[in-house]
Amino acid sequence: MRVRFKSSYDDDINLFEDRWHLLQFGLLLAAAVVAPWLLGSYYLGELTSVLIWALAGLGLMLITGHTGQVSLGHAAFMAIGAFTNLALMLRGWNFFPALIASALVSGVIGAIIARPILRMSGIYLAIATLALSIIIEDVAIMAAPITGGVSGLFAPTIELFGVQADRYGDPAMFYYLCLALLVLVTLAYLNLLRSPTGRSFLAVRDSEVSARALGVNVARAKTLAFSLSCAITGLAGAMYAHLVQAVNYESFLVLISITLLLQVVIGGLGSIHGAFFGAIVVVMLPQLIAITRDLLNNSFGISMASYPGMDTAVFALIILLMVIYEPRGIYGIWIKVRTWLELFPLYRKGMFRRSRTYLKTERMR
Amino acid sequence: MDILQLLVSGIANGCIYGLLALGFVLIYKASEAVNFAQGDMLMLGAFLGIAFINTGNADLPFLIGLTLSALVMGIFGYLLDRFVLRGIFGQPQFAMVILTIALGFLIRFAAGAIWGHDPVSLQTPFAGRTLELGSLIVPVVDAVIILATVALTTTLYFFFAHTRLGVAMQASSQNQMAAYYMGIPVKRVNSIVWALSGVVAAIAGVLFAAKGAVEPSVGLLFGIKAFAAAVIGGLGSLPGALAGGLLVGIVEPFAARYLPAGSSQIAPYVLMLLVLILRPGGLFAQISQKKV
Repeated sequence: MRVRFKSSYDDDINLFEDRWHLLQFGLLLAAAVVAPWLLGSYYLGELTSVLIWALAGLGLMLITGHTGQVSLGHAAFMAIGAFTNLALMLRGWNFFPALIASALVSGVIGAIIARPILRMSGIYLAIATLALSIIIEDVAIMAAPITGGVSGLFAPTIELFGVQADRYGDPAMFYYLCLALLVLVTLAYLNLLRSPTGRSFLAVRDSEVSARALGVNVARAKTLAFSLSCAITGLAGAMYAHLVQAVNYESFLVLISITLLLQVVIGGLGSIHGAFFGAIVVVMLPQLIAITRDLLNNSFGISMASYPGMDTAVFALIILLMVIYEPRGIYGIWIKVRTWLELFPLYRKGMFRRSRTYLKTERMR
Repeated sequence: MDILQLLVSGIANGCIYGLLALGFVLIYKASEAVNFAQGDMLMLGAFLGIAFINTGNADLPFLIGLTLSALVMGIFGYLLDRFVLRGIFGQPQFAMVILTIALGFLIRFAAGAIWGHDPVSLQTPFAGRTLELGSLIVPVVDAVIILATVALTTTLYFFFAHTRLGVAMQASSQNQMAAYYMGIPVKRVNSIVWALSGVVAAIAGVLFAAKGAVEPSVGLLFGIKAFAAAVIGGLGSLPGALAGGLLVGIVEPFAARYLPAGSSQIAPYVLMLLVLILRPGGLFAQISQKKV
């Protein structure tokens, strides 16, 4: 059992708790850097996809996990980021300015939308964002000069300082590009969370009334969180567009919004780990099911091919069990396992018991 | 005359949205939860109706098939709450949203595995028949839908306002613990509400199938649209749900007719966003803000 001895106030907000913690993340980063040499091009593509979904998950995590505002419409902001990036690059912009522009545009649109929308709370917010996600599908068709209408846009080649970093031209470079972006955003996210602004987001999540009493400008905190969240999701959308190479109105259906929310829930709301765990599940689950299906087919002769949509159903079943038995998601399980290991002989069963809660109406707040 | 004809078909469509919205409102009124699987329950009810009524299936008379379908869906709703949703009893609303979304996926998958993915429609005794009121031509299906909706809404309204069970339902949504203290079996009341909403979904589903074809994925978008209707009316108000449903139903054909292409798809949602921004809480709002 490790005992941490805190000797200064900084110990509470340091990015890494101690050397051991730093070493763990260093090893993880090293593993991510050498991955292109170890994996085949197919699995490298899958890993890139995990990175991009983790980035999108981080965006949603900021507003849903850390500010407590449920958004069912983040695919809309992925779409805005993707179309901005591609449209600018097709007009001759370089990759990086276009990427920054896509984050800015999504962030600004997010901020404009946030003000009226965030006056609602709870379920109404989820519905309003859901509507947004549906509206954007048709807007993507109607705004043909920018989005290419029904046929959509094709991603141009990414050139970085004379090096091609394309999905198909050089998958390893594209992977590093995504990795670098994700590491940067994660560090910025961590820093945000330990700043007063980030703390005010957490306060708004835990209790709006108390946050207001402590002097937090709730409307401003929510708007800022929503805007930042949209900006991060916009970045993810731009990278996603380069991953799949072609986007149109069908690339960002409302189902993507729902999947994204399920992703952060399955990973664990309110934790940065959660966004990553969720992305791994979302990307790897279809692979796992395909492998299981082949195995069943070859060794037992059970054919599952007659049931389309199997992977969505399994995904839904996992969500169902997760919400009922482990509301903190995979991160919750991770914490339990870690605590069990750290306290080895001393772990008690009731340590993580949920307290009993009773629902009160939201109609009279 | 043209406008009147559009209006009638809009009202009939709106009634189905309204019926589905009633299902949302029932559950919201009684447990302050939102059931994102309501559209999929409608789809399930419709398929059950088809299984009971169509020739080549069970071949029962329309009314008996409708009753059976409503009964099965009622039991389904009760068991769903008893064995699945009770696991998160008392947890925040958000958990329920996620849980019902997942349930919707599962119901869709099950329906697809049982009935396949081809659209099917219901055979009804009044298919293809029309009523002529002056120069206005009303399909009998539309008239049946409108009458059924009005009857159901009125019944439910009086049920909530004037029966012991209805009042108990409202109490348990406002404050679960206080309802417990007053001797209301909150958990059982919840299950009954889910059964009731299953019945409403089945009726809406059968009427929907009488008007057009159903396939397993019809629930998602239809559910969201009905949801928009419930929100426009103000979640938690039964007449509001009907009003919202009618508004959505009427706006759609008119937008398709008089506005540029594509706008009829988004018109209901734009309408909902406008209502939410101008009057958060819907037209028949029940929210009051506490000042700090």
